[in-house]
Amino acid sequence: MTDISTRSSYRPSQLVAENIDEYLMRHQHKSLLRFITCGSVDDGKSTLIGRLLYDAKMIFEDQLAALDADSKRMGTQGQNIDFALLVDGLAAEREQGITIDVAYRFFATDKRKFIVADTPGHEQYTRNMVTGASTADLGVILIDARKGVLTQTRRHSYLAHLLGINNFVLAVNKMDLVGYDQGRFEAITAEYRVFAESIGIRNFVAIPISSLAGDNIASTSSQTPWYGGPTLVEHLENVEIDSAVSQQRPFRMPVQWVNRPNLDFRGFAGLISEGVIRPGNAVRVLPSGRTTRVARIVTLGADLDAAAAGQSVTLTLADEVDCSRGDVIVAADDPPEVADQFEATLVWMADEPLLPGRPYWLKLATQWATATIHSPKYQINVNTMEHLAAKTLSLNAIGVANLSTDKPLVFEAYGKSRQLGGFILIDKISNATVAGGMLHFALRRASNVHWQPLDVDRDAHARLKHQQPKLLWFTGLSGAGKSSIANLVQKKLYALGKHSFLLDGDNIRHGLNRDLGFTDADRVENIRRIGEVAKLMTDAGLIVLTAFISPFRAERRMVREMSHPGEFIEIYVETPLKVAEQRDVKGLYKKARAGELKHFTGIDSPYEAPEHPEIRVNTVETTADQAADKIVAYVVGVTGFEPATSTSQT
Amino acid sequence: MTIVLTHLERLEAESIHIMREVISESEKPVMLYSVGKDSAVMLHLALKAFSPGTPPFPLLHVDTTWKFRDMYAMRDRTEKSSGMQLIVYRNPDALARGINPFDHGAMHTDIWKTEGLKQALTQFGFDAAFGGARRDEEKSRAKERIFSFRSANHRWDPKNQRPELWNLYNARKARGESIRVFPLSNWTELDVWQYIHLENIPIVPLYFAALRPTVERDGLLLMVDDDRFRLRAGEIPIMRSIRFRTLGCYPLTGAIASTATSVPQVIQEMLLTTTSERQGRIIDRDQAASMEQKKQSGYF
Repeated sequence: MTDISTRSSYRPSQLVAENIDEYLMRHQHKSLLRFITCGSVDDGKSTLIGRLLYDAKMIFEDQLAALDADSKRMGTQGQNIDFALLVDGLAAEREQGITIDVAYRFFATDKRKFIVADTPGHEQYTRNMVTGASTADLGVILIDARKGVLTQTRRHSYLAHLLGINNFVLAVNKMDLVGYDQGRFEAITAEYRVFAESIGIRNFVAIPISSLAGDNIASTSSQTPWYGGPTLVEHLENVEIDSAVSQQRPFRMPVQWVNRPNLDFRGFAGLISEGVIRPGNAVRVLPSGRTTRVARIVTLGADLDAAAAGQSVTLTLADEVDCSRGDVIVAADDPPEVADQFEATLVWMADEPLLPGRPYWLKLATQWATATIHSPKYQINVNTMEHLAAKTLSLNAIGVANLSTDKPLVFEAYGKSRQLGGFILIDKISNATVAGGMLHFALRRASNVHWQPLDVDRDAHARLKHQQPKLLWFTGLSGAGKSSIANLVQKKLYALGKHSFLLDGDNIRHGLNRDLGFTDADRVENIRRIGEVAKLMTDAGLIVLTAFISPFRAERRMVREMSHPGEFIEIYVETPLKVAEQRDVKGLYKKARAGELKHFTGIDSPYEAPEHPEIRVNTVETTADQAADKIVAYVVGVTGFEPATSTSQT
Repeated sequence: MTIVLTHLERLEAESIHIMREVISESEKPVMLYSVGKDSAVMLHLALKAFSPGTPPFPLLHVDTTWKFRDMYAMRDRTEKSSGMQLIVYRNPDALARGINPFDHGAMHTDIWKTEGLKQALTQFGFDAAFGGARRDEEKSRAKERIFSFRSANHRWDPKNQRPELWNLYNARKARGESIRVFPLSNWTELDVWQYIHLENIPIVPLYFAALRPTVERDGLLLMVDDDRFRLRAGEIPIMRSIRFRTLGCYPLTGAIASTATSVPQVIQEMLLTTTSERQGRIIDRDQAASMEQKKQSGYF
């Protein structure tokens, strides 16, 4: 039925038949190893996986029969079984004879259960390989003994290592086709060693194999008497897993969920990412920095005396401290950093390229933030590891860039912790995952970890002024009347005894933002700075009015998200372009039409009108004074001008 | 001293982590409960994940009216013991048209299960649904994400799946769209059985061998579970010692001859057997990409 040799088997069917209870006892203590296989179709990757599954008896007769039928129908391997058909699960893959997506395979020996991430090797599937590598403890790099170390070998090794894999197997395959030549094997191994060391791979084991014939896979081959090392399966069974290392690191647990089934119980549920925890241990809740002790480690049934990295637990704390999803419970005396500006490696995974300056959702452990990515410092050629200049990153590109987030994140360098250093970026409109990233380091500390809340806080300032801080954000075309209306609103607020401040576009551009022009990227930065300044002023208890064209929805949304809930009031000053252009108070439209002004909103740069502004005023139908009254009425209606009493800041 | 975690402890921790992410990041989650052994394990993990509270979501049983009687009994016991709300949904259209496995073949599964599931999810407005599917079951499942995104029409697009790195799951979606979540993705059939054994999880007695009335038909051993079973000319039910490796609609589920009456014996038979678990299911064998097509149109 098949031409792959079946002489070896690592399933002890003897014990299963004779003493199943003993067998089960032994198998309950297996450990788990996740590995990734890297190689192209020609390297025999599918055959290797097919063999591992077959030898582990994970391929059953009915599956083998189906495979046999499929192989004959497709005819890619003549009358032989084409193991690629087993691996290529999607119809499109079988039709095109290529592996597109990551597949996960499972097999077990007496000692271990294995999860194999089987990924395509072509450069256009870099994102799939990165995905598979992200959860792997070990990488098996396949080489065709006839071809030696190729560009793709280097690419696969580099990507796997980039994603944090430190254990490698160099599986020199198809040894049967080079006559089991020791010299050939050693030459390939030596060549690979030079490369591996150059990119920082320290641990690799080279094994001469033939996946078709079964040499040195599950049993030692008589064809390679010169090889004294382990078989592939022996090595996979015995290689030390990183879990011991991660347990020695200081404790970290990102909080997933707060469990409050009744008034007497408040538990913090999460997956421990590093270290060991015991009741009584001192812990710190980040980013707030409050300290307390662990009271209990709760599971269904009995409490635990200790729990370690890799376990999902529920902790209760000795004191009532604020702690919710997104916080990280850490060892009190050895906390990780908290920051909001980082350098990171990004792997771009979407068809639509990176847009520097655009806000994306960022998820790191259980923390969510809005992140903006700066222009990449460089892109990495995954075949040569050269650094190339880049302005953006497109599908499958890998690059290094700085990024900033709208709130501080608890993090560690990816090299130390995959869980607190790895993140994904998500497009805010399509909700697609567009990139994976690995943090290198913080550009500066966002805040002191042991930060103490200020006694005179935002609410105290507001109380003194008998008002609620608000941000009245006027947006509209140049000449729509934003500044005029904002001025009137400010006068009316003043008459009511309210403390306000008006930030005007032109004025700010003379000072704070005089280094910025009118390109899309500069407009994004312009708005970001104004948002930050407005935030400081609302923190001081003021009602802030801003009059900026602010043409992009994404950036207005960014400021809205920076503000306290309910604080941001978007006011759309609606004027048809024709009318604004007729008014042309500053003569700018004339210049823009004459080509003297570039990137002018409405002429050669777009204006994205608000979809759901809190207030809409039309300056054709109403006078500026009427518009100002409407806005003041709204603000009075919303706030009632009562001093803020609640402290709900989430 | 290092705490060494076994493979089952790691799988358990992963599944619990997945469930907690779902309830934190979706608005209205639900757990599909099919009464089978995978559902039993998934429910057990949910009880662990949210202990000492009860899981903050209901169970949904998409019923076809053609399940084994033992399954209905088990379902009702589970409702009581779990303390969770159980929603039973039967496609009213299938009920009105009298869709059954004898007259309607593949349409039976399509209308009762696939359409019924879609109707139930839409009607109750669930935006995330847990399913007990595993990647080792079938080729197209091996390539499905743990968080599997579905369009507003419940369609799965295998060529356009979200990358899933580390254990960072993206549950963001627009209104009307939903996700199917598979907490048992990385479990194998053997893992499930070992876990049932280790944790003493109650399962439907049909998984254990007993003398049951059966007929042999089209190469399958079918159990005559009630008098709706249409016997063909010359067919006489014979008492045989049988059990089931998977459970579905009884006229569509093949039994195997067996004498295994305990979990260890079931595992023993499984390890010594040479056929896969889904072999007893009629629905997978129609065409090469059968499961993938079913999944694309909304089957779990």
